[in-house]
Amino acid sequence: MTLLRRTPSSTSRATERPGAAGDASSTPPMVLAEGVCKSFGHLQVLQGIDFEVARGEVAVLLGPSGSGKSTFLRCINHLEKVDAGRLSVDGEPVGYVERGGRLHELREKEVAARRTEIGMVFQRFNLFSHQTALENVVEAPTQVKRLPRRVAEERARELLDRVGLADKAGSYPSQLSGGQQQRVAIARALAMDPKLMLFDEPTSALDPELVGEVLDVMRDLAREGMTMVVVTHEIGFAREVADVVAFMDGGVVVETGRPDQVLGRPQHERTRSFLSKVL
Amino acid sequence: MAATQQGSSTIEPATVQPPRLEAVPVRHPGRWVAAVLVGLVALSVVVSLAKNPNLDWPTVRRYLFSDLVLSGLWTTVWLTVAAMAMGVVGGVVVAVMRLSANPVLRVVSGAFVWVFRGTPVLVQLIFWGFLGAFYPTTTIGIPFTDVVFFTGRTSDLVPATVAALLALGLNEMAYASEIIRAGIQSVDSGQVEAAHSLGMTSGRTMRRIVLPQAMRVIIPPMGNETITMLKTTALVSVISGHDLMSNIQAAYAQNFKVIPLLVVASAWYLALTTLLSVPQGWLERRFGRGVAAPGPRGGLGRLVSFRPGASS
Repeated sequence: MTLLRRTPSSTSRATERPGAAGDASSTPPMVLAEGVCKSFGHLQVLQGIDFEVARGEVAVLLGPSGSGKSTFLRCINHLEKVDAGRLSVDGEPVGYVERGGRLHELREKEVAARRTEIGMVFQRFNLFSHQTALENVVEAPTQVKRLPRRVAEERARELLDRVGLADKAGSYPSQLSGGQQQRVAIARALAMDPKLMLFDEPTSALDPELVGEVLDVMRDLAREGMTMVVVTHEIGFAREVADVVAFMDGGVVVETGRPDQVLGRPQHERTRSFLSKVL
Repeated sequence: MAATQQGSSTIEPATVQPPRLEAVPVRHPGRWVAAVLVGLVALSVVVSLAKNPNLDWPTVRRYLFSDLVLSGLWTTVWLTVAAMAMGVVGGVVVAVMRLSANPVLRVVSGAFVWVFRGTPVLVQLIFWGFLGAFYPTTTIGIPFTDVVFFTGRTSDLVPATVAALLALGLNEMAYASEIIRAGIQSVDSGQVEAAHSLGMTSGRTMRRIVLPQAMRVIIPPMGNETITMLKTTALVSVISGHDLMSNIQAAYAQNFKVIPLLVVASAWYLALTTLLSVPQGWLERRFGRGVAAPGPRGGLGRLVSFRPGASS
């Protein structure tokens, strides 16, 4: 059993991973950011992000706190609105539609429809606390995609089984450990069959001994070819799983490249000093 | 895993229990003195009530289930239910308006709460009761045009019971909206973000995710509101709304048995407020799911599950 159900045309992604960036010319990159800026009041959090994630790639964003990693991630599914620059997912500008050479802002329903294709996992899990694990996973497929309850539940049980929580389907979030809650949250995001998964420091709120179980699930997901953008402080995970690592500081991408380059032979002083503190 | 556990010693449960601790308990003479004093006062109150001839128990018994009282009781109950329903449904709308991004909706809902919470409900009741003096005719149409769907005399359109319902319902709406707003704001913003990230719209997020969780915070104060409302319906007597209190007043205006009839009214109000705490307990358990362990049983259950074993 796999976490993902792919259309036949996309099932071969896992095998084409090493060259994933190579065929970006034929299909648009999954995430493309050019000069993305974002301010909160007078504080400019993002000062021109240039970044690209190809289909099937796993990108890890590293950087000190306050460097804008999470804000950038939240821009990708329009939880934050970009002030300047261009940001697109799968060739479509985030939050807008291009008609007649002009950008038109999307209506709420259209934004929501776009978000169904992007899964997001939060640092604080954010499971719906009044629903059981199973109800959490079933909620969006039945409410948003209008899947019949029976079908959605069957799929939800598969997903819970896959993240190792088949026996916790009837438990409320308050009865689960942090690691279990985060795995339910991953199953909940996957239930919408997203083409892109965003992880916002998924292990930062976990006790150290629970980090591994969540990273294992993410590793499996990467192996199956899911396109992922991960904000994390887990350097080991980045080294092992990432296709691209981007180091961010002060609202810009300072350095980007393969993990062995960025983590092994960093070119910039800021990257080196950050890595020397976390490794 | 198994290999690592073999090395560590496991703690065997003690086969011999240590002897139970024996100690002379601390005496609490103050508790005994307080209990005797308070008990005496309470007993003397009960005895003086039972022996007071002005209480006139036969009259109380005669009126307790009389048609006059029962019909008033029925009015009180439906007025309470209808005004609360109006208050809760309208309160959700007003609360959502106050939290809206639209400044006009925010200001209008704020002004509504300001007026209806800031004036005494008694004043509002009399106002609605005398609406005909304020607007002699009522016209429904499109504002600022000559299109009229309906017109009529206000005093015919708004009889005392309708005036009572409007006054109590609108007043409750203002209070309920503040309780509901607090409930909505108590839900973690991460819940909304998670719902949005799954492709849920704001309306659906509110209905499916925020309100069910806000209910946990909303229900206890709304229980209070319901009990308060039940008693506030007694004010309807000022516009002769034929509720329990109106009918009681009508009765003692004729026979002057004021005290026994007030005892009848009090007995019914007390009975109804006691009954109301039962559904509150159900609702609290229903919407408290997923939050820690189930709490103590509410309402009448609390009386039944009184534990004498607990140290006082």
